[in-house]
Amino acid sequence: MEKKNFVILGAGTAGTMMANKLAGRLETSEWKITVIDRDEKHYYQPGFLFIPFGTYKPEDVVKNKRDFLPKEAEFLIGEIEKIETEKNQVILKDEKKISYDILLISTGCDISLNETEGLKGELWQKDIFDFYTFDGASKLAEKFKTWEGGRLVLNVAEMPIKCPVAPLEFLFLADEFFTKKGIRDKVEIHYVTPLPGAFTKPKASKVLGNLLQEKGIKLTTEFDIGSVDNEKKQIVSYDDKRIDFDLLVMIPTNMGDKVAENSGLGDELNYIPTEKHTLQSKDHKNIFVAGDATNLPSSKAGAVAHFEADILIENILQFIRGEEMTHKFDGHANCFIESGFGKAFLIDFNYDTEPLPGKFPLPFVGPFDLLKESRVNHFGKHMFRWVYWNMLLLGTDLPVSSAMSMAGKEIDKSED
Amino acid sequence: MATKNYSGIEVEVDDDGHLVDRSTWSKELAEAIAKDEGIEALTDKHWTVLEFMRKVYDEEGSAPSMRKINKQSGVNTKELYSLFPDGPAKKAARIAGLPKPKGCI
Repeated sequence: MEKKNFVILGAGTAGTMMANKLAGRLETSEWKITVIDRDEKHYYQPGFLFIPFGTYKPEDVVKNKRDFLPKEAEFLIGEIEKIETEKNQVILKDEKKISYDILLISTGCDISLNETEGLKGELWQKDIFDFYTFDGASKLAEKFKTWEGGRLVLNVAEMPIKCPVAPLEFLFLADEFFTKKGIRDKVEIHYVTPLPGAFTKPKASKVLGNLLQEKGIKLTTEFDIGSVDNEKKQIVSYDDKRIDFDLLVMIPTNMGDKVAENSGLGDELNYIPTEKHTLQSKDHKNIFVAGDATNLPSSKAGAVAHFEADILIENILQFIRGEEMTHKFDGHANCFIESGFGKAFLIDFNYDTEPLPGKFPLPFVGPFDLLKESRVNHFGKHMFRWVYWNMLLLGTDLPVSSAMSMAGKEIDKSED
Repeated sequence: MATKNYSGIEVEVDDDGHLVDRSTWSKELAEAIAKDEGIEALTDKHWTVLEFMRKVYDEEGSAPSMRKINKQSGVNTKELYSLFPDGPAKKAARIAGLPKPKGCI
């Protein structure tokens, strides 16, 4: 009997977790799993943040994708050109055609320099850097080794971005880095964001609102960058507000993979319209989407991919059996936020509930504090790298609830 | 949170001046908020943007980004800034009775 084809596009965090979960639950006599990716290397993206400051070396965050994919799956290295949904097949750049009965799109998202005029100009990787790529973070590390100070501007081009807390973490770690170097007084750290504040959720604003001020970090809000003036070393907003920089760390526009555009599948940022609870494609019943490639109103983060995977595996199995998909993803995200000097915050939230104080994963016991700075949280952030390579990627169930829990969380009785 | 009076219409607004209860919005209120925001009168172009934003919010659960407005509403970014000076995303959202753009934290 010919096997049915389960094809996975993208072997990043979501794709790898799902490949392992599927290999464990699908009948190998009935299903062939194929995973396609353009790159044989797997990057631990949460580690990029630490590379500019020398905490991690570039080699600490790279391993081979093959080592984490199930042996039952065929792993193809190739550039995906297009998905032909009417024919249920994927076309690669080398014109190879791969048929699917069910397709999982987990192609992630990446920075797109071309969306901001002047970004990829003469100052690129001389005085303008990113830390959202392996190459970018590595080059910024080299720059920071010898940079003697000046106006450091961190700008977010537009939302959404993956890992939306990373800009804040960068600011806090930069404050620590330059303090320890003894040149903090020579560095002006300036956060420039399109959002109305550094913190936009009520509880987080109340708890963390003064953090930037305490650390002497300058803030400009509601700045929508239109272009970079390489000559004057300024970022320029659409309404001609100008901000000077000596060193610009840019988080450029994040877009989904080009395959979405090539296939007529994505929205204006190449994210795939996805049903927010079942994770099925809104336009095609036999296509599912996970990780940063979706257009879900959740954050784009590894934790979100993890909680999605717990739900998605069950829904896919129900779909295969012709049953109604009853498992609902609630938008759960759980993210550490490095705050410098050996401490970190942890936030836990979902589609409906903002980050609230409490303890995680066990209510009242913890050991991690929610919306509170602690050394245990910092330890948790760094220990997570081991959990990622040894448990998460392999599809192992972690002892945390997929859905966000309200247990032990502090809710204001009188909201005014 | 507080009660604000826009040209005689009283509504509940949050700390940023955004409407707390969407059902209290009306076209009349929009004109009144616009005046308060320094826009003397709402033209057809203003309304194209406001109606687009309200439609996207109803369909997707959040107000559209500037990029989406630029690409899909028929009004580009430069025009948007001249229609709603100083932070169109926030200003237009207030007038349209929508919450302010939010991050995760």
